[in-house]
Amino acid sequence: MNGQEVAFLILAVIGGLAGLLVVTSRNVVHAALYLVVALASVAGVYLLLAAPFVAFVQVIIYVGAIVVLILFGIMLTRAPVGRRVLDNTLRARVGAFVVGAGVFIMFTVFLGGAFGDERIENQGATATEALGESLFRNYVLPFEAVSVLLLAALIGAIVLARRD
Amino acid sequence: MTTYFQAYGTFAALLVLSIAFVAVAFGANRLLRPNRPTPGKLTTYESGMDPVGTTWSQTQIRYYVFAFLFVIFDVESVFLFPWALVFADIGVAAFWEMVVFIGVLAIGLLYAFKKGVLRWA
Repeated sequence: MNGQEVAFLILAVIGGLAGLLVVTSRNVVHAALYLVVALASVAGVYLLLAAPFVAFVQVIIYVGAIVVLILFGIMLTRAPVGRRVLDNTLRARVGAFVVGAGVFIMFTVFLGGAFGDERIENQGATATEALGESLFRNYVLPFEAVSVLLLAALIGAIVLARRD
Repeated sequence: MTTYFQAYGTFAALLVLSIAFVAVAFGANRLLRPNRPTPGKLTTYESGMDPVGTTWSQTQIRYYVFAFLFVIFDVESVFLFPWALVFADIGVAAFWEMVVFIGVLAIGLLYAFKKGVLRWA
């Protein structure tokens, strides 16, 4: 095993355990904080795959922003936060298990079937400069469309949050 | 490729070191400190006042708008990194591309300002 594989193993174990804690935690705020660990280890996997920009986007957007949004969502709703523990019914647990197992099998079968024998050669790190080149030279319109999408999301959030 | 992993090896070492630092500091603290809890010591410190209510309560929806504004401009900032790297090469076109991008988002900020969600009334 080379260093890359050892690092992946460590990240996979940390991320997997954190993911398990997200769904088994009896406190919904703790679950959100375990989600930070799980998402951060995914960022580490991106770094290992030589995609540093994607890794930093993962940290900035998911660890930074999405978790903040989830925490605010928890605090706004009347979710059983705090001392009142989550009492998931057996039916919900079975349903969650079936969905989780189904997604797991689907991904392993489909991805294994599609790319199982493929060998991806080491191509070196994707330079962020190259990404910027293609984004700001060839994909200018999609880039500007992103701003309109963000604007729509922002106005939608304000409309929903306002009482009048 | 080797240099890439070497560069992040330094980062990984820093990460491990910082986690170890906090773990050792708090572990040593736990081992060395006396532990004599009283109800007074265990209450939440709130500027010397007795805390009112529980720590778990529903927050105002206003906070959500601030959180959402943060998310939007966080996404915007992500695009600034590749842009800054190629800005000098592409030149004026890249400048106007970003002006349009931020301009569209500024409309959203202006809308938020006009609707008064930025003011704490």
